[in-house]
Amino acid sequence: MKSYGGIALIVALLACVPLLTASNVVLNFMVVALLIALVGQGWNILGGYGGQYSFGHAAFFGTGAYVTAILQVRYGVNAWLGLVIGIAAGALVGAVTGALSFRSGLRGSYFALVTLAFAEVLRIVASVAPITGAGVGTLVKLDLRWEAFQFQSRAPFYWIILAFVAVSLLIVKLIEGSRFGAYLVAVRENEDAAKAAGIDVVRVKLTAMILSAAITAAGGCFYAQYFLFLDAGIAYGPWISVEALLAPIIGGIGTIYGPLLGALVVKTLGEITKLMTGHAPGLDLVIYGAVLILVVAYAPRGIAGLLRRRP
Amino acid sequence: MLSPILLIPAVLNGLLTGAVYALVALGLTLIYGVLHIINFAHGALLTAAMFAAFFAHKLLGLDPYLAAVGLTPLFFCVGYLLQRFVIGPAAHGEDRNILLVTLGLAVVIENALLYAFRADTRTINLSYGFNVVEVGPAFLSVPRVIGFGVVIVVALALWLLMRFTDTGKAIRAVAKEKLGAELSGIDVAHIYAVTFGLGTACLAIAACLLLPTYYVNPHAGNAFVLIAFTIVVLGGMGSVAGALLGGLIIGVVESLSGLYLGESLGQVGIFVIFILVLLFRPSGLFGERA
Repeated sequence: MKSYGGIALIVALLACVPLLTASNVVLNFMVVALLIALVGQGWNILGGYGGQYSFGHAAFFGTGAYVTAILQVRYGVNAWLGLVIGIAAGALVGAVTGALSFRSGLRGSYFALVTLAFAEVLRIVASVAPITGAGVGTLVKLDLRWEAFQFQSRAPFYWIILAFVAVSLLIVKLIEGSRFGAYLVAVRENEDAAKAAGIDVVRVKLTAMILSAAITAAGGCFYAQYFLFLDAGIAYGPWISVEALLAPIIGGIGTIYGPLLGALVVKTLGEITKLMTGHAPGLDLVIYGAVLILVVAYAPRGIAGLLRRRP
Repeated sequence: MLSPILLIPAVLNGLLTGAVYALVALGLTLIYGVLHIINFAHGALLTAAMFAAFFAHKLLGLDPYLAAVGLTPLFFCVGYLLQRFVIGPAAHGEDRNILLVTLGLAVVIENALLYAFRADTRTINLSYGFNVVEVGPAFLSVPRVIGFGVVIVVALALWLLMRFTDTGKAIRAVAKEKLGAELSGIDVAHIYAVTFGLGTACLAIAACLLLPTYYVNPHAGNAFVLIAFTIVVLGGMGSVAGALLGGLIIGVVESLSGLYLGESLGQVGIFVIFILVLLFRPSGLFGERA
């Protein structure tokens, strides 16, 4: 799977799923798993390839989601245009927070802390600001036409999120083969050495953050269209920040297929837990947290690392 | 706007709240100062301690202040074991891994509590819970005044421990020069675990001080931990004096911004300080440059 053929094959296989089953349960599961794969791939660019662990990717997810929803509900903007603007808004949030953090030289734990804080500020502001519907939340009006980015059945949603994931895989593939990708990995491995070698470290990290934020925001936009409801806890809540980093770390951090693999595994685990215990709140997350610790302890390169032993 | 009738009670109440914040931050800064890690499980452990204090009262009828006597050593052990047998071995000595392990622990603890006790908010009723004492124009809640006193005592005890006991000396040695400490025969893994235990024990005390006037639910600790992060960053990572002063400052800032901006935006005030300090003075008021 060294070439683009690997991506094409995986995407083609996944694209067949709605042809094999019309079960809403299966499709819904796959849509959510692919959404997490997309958001996780966003995190992976910055955290996996760049070594900058963000604990606040909810900031980008929520911005994408809210911008898409609010533009439609309050300003009558077309949903597809809303998607584009939502992605741009997420990238802008990434650019601003990234510029502030990286120019101040925040690394490691400090970077994790400041991203967490940015996401929390947005969550609190969204929970009181009138434009987001504050405590009531924002409801996107039901309008099941493709022009409005809404569909009668789940299959089109599935193909669209799959297309998003495919694009994210292509972007990561391009990064892997590019000079920028090499710079990014150099920054991850040893930032001071990278700087000494003449790499503009701040610029490399900032570019990665903007890309990362844009991809994560696309996930947020999709979420708004698929579930048609947002509130501050959903859009900017810590759950999405955790799932964003869980998928790539479990699947294989800094690998192209890691987030996809990790998202499928995490969501399968979550479903099994739900089946076995009923809809007990919290138990799936207990499992996620435990798996996170176990993976860090025993399989630091994730499932991808277990499958393919690297030197 | 600036009437002293409003201002003085707000400042005094802010100081009382700030003292408990300071205690939570003290645990965090102690761990950071020695292990050089940010413990993302701090909030979840605080929540766990609050539940422990709640059930000590509910099931055993123990007064929270009495429960503190038992819970403090218990949580010391919890912290010791977590560092010695979970965080330490799992992290392989890499900072990025420690971040993830403590985050994983936070997720596990918080959601295990959610699973066991649901999202219900619980409070306890104490005969003295609503007693107030009049100080000038302000009415101060008695449990919070007691809390303030206890925090001062705990901080003093911690200072004495660090200054005059062998364990304290070992902790300071490890914080300054890990390799040198190891070479002179200090068991670094043990000292790390002791430090983590002390940090967690601070949380047990904080939980018992909070319970008479606060509520507990599976997310209760989170409100405090982000504030504690702010305090630790403001006071300087690893600085005990910084944590105390930072806690009091943040308590007053929250109280005043709550007064002028309203409850929920008061919280934003804290985060804005947090981000500004992180961006422009990450070493804090008392810390050394990282």
